[in-house]
Amino acid sequence: MDRIKAQDAARARAGVSATPGLPKVLPAVDRPPAEPAVAHEAIFSLQDVQVAYDGVPAVQEVTFDLVKNEITAFIGPSGCGKSTLLRCLNRMNDLISSAKVSGKVLYHDQDLYAPDIDPVQVRKRIGMVFQKPNPFPKSIYENIAFGPRVLGMKGDMDEIVETALRKGALWDEVKDRLKTNAFGMSGGQQQRLCIARTMAVEPDVILMDEPCSALDPISTGAIEELMLELKRNYSIVIVTHNMQQAARVSDRTAFYNVDKLEEGKRVGKLVEFAPTEKIFTAPDDKRTEAYVTGKFG
Amino acid sequence: MAVAESAITRKVVQRASSGARTKDLLFRAALLLCLFIAVLFLGVLIVDVAIDGVPLITPEFLTNFPSRLFPEESGIRPALIGTLYLMVLCAAFIVPIGVAAAVYLEEYADPSRWYNRLIEVNIQNLASVPSVVYGILGLAFIVRGPIDIWGLGKGSPTLLAGALTLGLLVLPVVIIVSREAIRAVPPSIREGSLALGATKWQTIWKQVLPGSVAGIATGVILALSRAIGETAPLILVGAIAFRLTDPTIDGQFSALPIAIFQAAGEPRPEFQILAAGAIVVLLAVLLLMNSLAIYLRNRYEQKW
Repeated sequence: MDRIKAQDAARARAGVSATPGLPKVLPAVDRPPAEPAVAHEAIFSLQDVQVAYDGVPAVQEVTFDLVKNEITAFIGPSGCGKSTLLRCLNRMNDLISSAKVSGKVLYHDQDLYAPDIDPVQVRKRIGMVFQKPNPFPKSIYENIAFGPRVLGMKGDMDEIVETALRKGALWDEVKDRLKTNAFGMSGGQQQRLCIARTMAVEPDVILMDEPCSALDPISTGAIEELMLELKRNYSIVIVTHNMQQAARVSDRTAFYNVDKLEEGKRVGKLVEFAPTEKIFTAPDDKRTEAYVTGKFG
Repeated sequence: MAVAESAITRKVVQRASSGARTKDLLFRAALLLCLFIAVLFLGVLIVDVAIDGVPLITPEFLTNFPSRLFPEESGIRPALIGTLYLMVLCAAFIVPIGVAAAVYLEEYADPSRWYNRLIEVNIQNLASVPSVVYGILGLAFIVRGPIDIWGLGKGSPTLLAGALTLGLLVLPVVIIVSREAIRAVPPSIREGSLALGATKWQTIWKQVLPGSVAGIATGVILALSRAIGETAPLILVGAIAFRLTDPTIDGQFSALPIAIFQAAGEPRPEFQILAAGAIVVLLAVLLLMNSLAIYLRNRYEQKW
C-alpha cells in the first residue's frame, strides 16, 4: 500500500497521471527513474505455452522468464513461431479467431489468458511496434495523441506529444511540422513515430516484431540506439531475423527452431534461452550454434 | 552509343514484319470502334434531348406547377422538389443502415458461420433484383402497411414511403460499396490502434471509418443518383405527375422520372417537349452528383 502511495507521489512529481481505468487486477508497475533494477525481476513468466491455429500447433513447449528492464531477442529461422509467440504476450493473437493459446502466460504473476482479463487492458500495458511502419493517415501530432485520447489520459496534450516524440528521438526532426501528414516521413522516421506513439500511452513493455526489417542501415542504427536508451525505463522484446542486431542490442536471447514432424508437419519450439553473450559464444545446444554461426536458417 | 550502332548494323533485332503491324493497327481500330459505338448512342441521345429541352429551361419552367391545359406554361416545380426531398430522405435512411451493415460484415461477422455467408450472398443477389420488384414491396409493405411508419403510411402514397422504397432498392449497393471502402483500410492500421489499447469500437470509429469515408461517400452519391433516376418503384408506390401543390413528406408527391414518364406518354407534341426539358434537368442533377462523387474521391481518397 505504501509502495503504491509512494509511486503515485512519484508520478505526481513527474507530472504524469496514473493511467485511468486500469483494473485492480493489473498492478501498477514500479518503474525506476534511471538505473536498471538490480534484482532480476521477472516481468513475464511463460509456462509450457503453445499456440495452435485451427488445432494445428505452430509453436509449443515454450517456458521462460523475461527480465524487467532488459531487451530480450527472439531469433530463429522462418516459421519457428517467434512472431506468433510475441503476439501472445499482448493478446494480439486474439484478432485471429482460429488461434488458440494454451499453457500459462504470466505477466507480473497474473495469467493474461484468465477469463476475467480484458485484452484491451493488457494492450494498454504492453505496447507493440510492427514490422512495417504503420502510422495512421493523420498528422504527426494526431498520431501520437490518438493513444492518450482513446485511453482518456489527463494532462496537456501538447506536452504528452512532445515527451513521446523526445522519447522516440524524433522531436528535433519534426517539431516544426507536427501538423503535417505522417505519410510524408521517411520509413525510419515513421517507425520511430510508431515507437513514440507506443510510448505516449506509457506502457511497461514494448514488443517489437522485426521493427527494422523494412529500414535502411542508418535508420536501423537509430532505432537500435533508441532501444538501448529506452530499456532503462521499459522492458523490450524484439523479434529479429538479423542475428547481428540481436547480438548488438539484446541482453538475453531466445532461439527457436522448427521441428519437422511426421507427415511434413512443422512446429516451432524454444531451443535455448540464455544471456545473449552465451548464445552467441558458447551455446549449450548444437542447433543454436549451427544457427548463430550461419550454418542454416 | 557505339554499342547501339553496331547492334543496328548487324541487325541483331529483326524489324517487325508488315503483317504484324497491320494486325496491330486493325486491333486498335476495332477497339476504338467499339468505344465509338458506345459513346455515339449516348451522344445522339443527349444532343437530341438537348435540342428540344434546353430552350425550355427557364426559371419559370423550374418554378411553375404542371398544367394539362397550358403546356407552354407548364413547369416541373413539384417534380423537382419531390426529387430533392426523395434524395435527402433516402440518404438519411441508407447512410446509417448501409454503413452499419457494412461495418458488421467486415469487422464483426465471422465468415466461417453459415448465416454470415448466407447474408453476404443475399446482399449480392438483392443488388440485382429489378426495381419494379422493390416497387411492389414498397406498395405492399410500406404504403399499405403493415409497416406503418409513425402513422405516415395511412394506406395512401406518401413521399416518405417513396423514399424508403428507393432506399431499400439501393441499400445493397451502399452496403457493398461501403464494405469495399472499409476493406481498403489496411489491417496494419487496425493492429496499430488496438496495440495502443484502443477498443474495437474506438478503432472502427476513429481509424477505420475516417479512412474509408471517401469511398463510402462516393458510393452513397452514386447509389442516390441511381435512386432518383428510378421510375418503376415510384409508379408502384403511387407518385403522381400532375401535382398542383408542393410535396410534403407525409403527402402525395411527384418526382422528375414520373414527370418525364407522364409527359412522354401524352399524345400532344407540346408535352413531348416538356419531357425533354425534364430530362435535361434530371441529367443535370445526375451530372452534378457524379461530379461531386468524383471530386470527393480525388480530394479525400486515402492512399495507403
